[in-house]
Amino acid sequence: MDSPVSAAIDVDHLQVNYGSQRVLHGVSLSVSPGEFIAILGSSGCGKTTLLRTIAGFQKAAGGAIRLFGRDVVNTPPEKRGMAMMFQSYALWPHMTVLGNVGYGLRLRGLSKDEIRSRVAAVLKMLNLSGLEDRKVTNLSGGQRQRVALGRALAIEPRILLLDEPLSNLDAKVRIQLRSEIKALQSRLGFTAIHVTHDREEAMTMADRIVVMDAGRIAQVGAPKEVYDHPNSPFVASFMGAENTLDLDVRPAGAGVEVRAGDGSAASYGGPVPVGPVTAYFRDDNASLDDPQARVDGAIVLPGTITQRTYPGGHYRYVIAVGDRHFTVTDDRYHELDRPVGLRLPLASLHLFPQTQTSGGFHA
Amino acid sequence: MSGKVQASSALALAGSGARPDTEGRIWAFGSTILKVAGLAAFAFLLFGPLANLVLWSVAERWYTPFKLPVSYGLRYWEVVFRPTGDAMTSLMTSVGIACLTVLVALAVSIPAGYALARLKLPWRTALMILFLLPQAFPSVAIYINVARVFYSIGLTGTITGVVLVHAAHGLVYSVWIAAAAFAAVDRDLELAARNIGASPLRTFFTVTLPLAAPGIMASAIFVFLESLDEFTGTFFVGVPQVTTLPLLLYNASMGGNYQIASITALILLVPSVVFMLVIERFLKADVLSKVGQ
Repeated sequence: MDSPVSAAIDVDHLQVNYGSQRVLHGVSLSVSPGEFIAILGSSGCGKTTLLRTIAGFQKAAGGAIRLFGRDVVNTPPEKRGMAMMFQSYALWPHMTVLGNVGYGLRLRGLSKDEIRSRVAAVLKMLNLSGLEDRKVTNLSGGQRQRVALGRALAIEPRILLLDEPLSNLDAKVRIQLRSEIKALQSRLGFTAIHVTHDREEAMTMADRIVVMDAGRIAQVGAPKEVYDHPNSPFVASFMGAENTLDLDVRPAGAGVEVRAGDGSAASYGGPVPVGPVTAYFRDDNASLDDPQARVDGAIVLPGTITQRTYPGGHYRYVIAVGDRHFTVTDDRYHELDRPVGLRLPLASLHLFPQTQTSGGFHA
Repeated sequence: MSGKVQASSALALAGSGARPDTEGRIWAFGSTILKVAGLAAFAFLLFGPLANLVLWSVAERWYTPFKLPVSYGLRYWEVVFRPTGDAMTSLMTSVGIACLTVLVALAVSIPAGYALARLKLPWRTALMILFLLPQAFPSVAIYINVARVFYSIGLTGTITGVVLVHAAHGLVYSVWIAAAAFAAVDRDLELAARNIGASPLRTFFTVTLPLAAPGIMASAIFVFLESLDEFTGTFFVGVPQVTTLPLLLYNASMGGNYQIASITALILLVPSVVFMLVIERFLKADVLSKVGQ
């Protein structure tokens, strides 16, 4: 049974119910040893439920969870041999840092001196040296989450589960801890599953991203793949392509002609679905041009600038085209109420046929 | 130019503000007087009876026409605290019964409180109310029947009988508070322990119980105080073999011995005051907010 390429975590058609309501509809996911997976989704999509079911806190209604080939669906959490970081830190306030980090070691029957030296080593790794006898309630948020990380790592788990551990921290501490966790993971080689609703966090930390929607996996893939080639309108808009535009694609000669509602058209040679489609695009895919401009492989829609903000680095504009509004980022400064051309390079649009919602093409 | 305009408008503002200012001062003065009067009335209601008790405890002779005792002395204190005296014996009995009652109540309330807080019990509300029942009916009626049942199984006049009666009475506090204390322990704290290898039992004793301990302590103190003060049940179940301090107080005051009664009452007051101070430290708002939920 123990194959040499046995997955660290193999979730197989997992179903979970809360009362009579099904929250996971047969989720399947395989994680290789040493891989860092990020589960991304909006709140209520079932990502935390999936993590807690893997940890054993939530009973499965069907399916299997195999850890290194061993089915653990009916194993209590303490016998699954993993460690978890919680959004709420979940540090025990009645214990010191030493008590918290050394808890798992004490359970394993190590001597007091051994626990002290192992905890000291873990704390050194996390830049917390000398805080052993500090009460955890006297620590800052970042320090607390580091102690929680130390508590998880002290037992040298093969699998680390992260339940939005960074979402309660300040932006600066969050980014710092992000890279620390990532560095420790590649150094110690544990397998990690990280649940988050922060797209950038998932993209920067994970080897593969799992996007979840309403109790199902919507897409799995490397960050760049999911970002550049979303397979459904949901994933496209979750990855930031929030502008939508209805287009009509017709075969023309060797390629196709893409036509927008107002008559602007462009011919294109790439593989795209034919018929009425909806285009999804991020605000940085579009740019501003002259209203009369004609560019190869791009549609230019004439519109007017109705709003301008400066979030830093570039300007963000809201462009009205007919009764539709689009957000666009552009490096240059433009006056408000000026007629402009909204330039959409066909290659960076995510096109999905209007009749069905999945199986999109990537122009 | 603009400075002048500002100055004049500031003057205008000051002028219009003068009248409300005096009015405000009168209001403030009035409310201070009301507060002081209220506090004084409250203090009198609270400390008046206490002062009377203290006065009686040091009055050797005090009879009707006189507004104050005729002669003062500590003779009755000496009588009460005489090692062979009734008072010391019944104090010991009272404290002993209270301690046993606390043990019995905790033995029930810790598992019951945990179950009520954590498990999905189908009749949760009904169970919570069940522990309230001993308080819901006229106590005399209940205790007469309890005494009858206890008599048939030989429990009347025994410490065990009295402890059981007190425990039944105290369980409402201890179970409700214990349930609230356990409910206030964040589930993630238990899950974190389970997650890194602790069994459910180990988790309970190293994480849940220590974190719920302040609330449980508070419930123990409530039970202790209730037992120390309890009169009706002890009267029906314990008399004449078991004499607690409240029974001694009753006997003393019925017999017209106000000095002994006052001193006994003052003794009963000590643990209450001490424990109230302790409870105030132990019972946190997050526990209190969960009582009865």
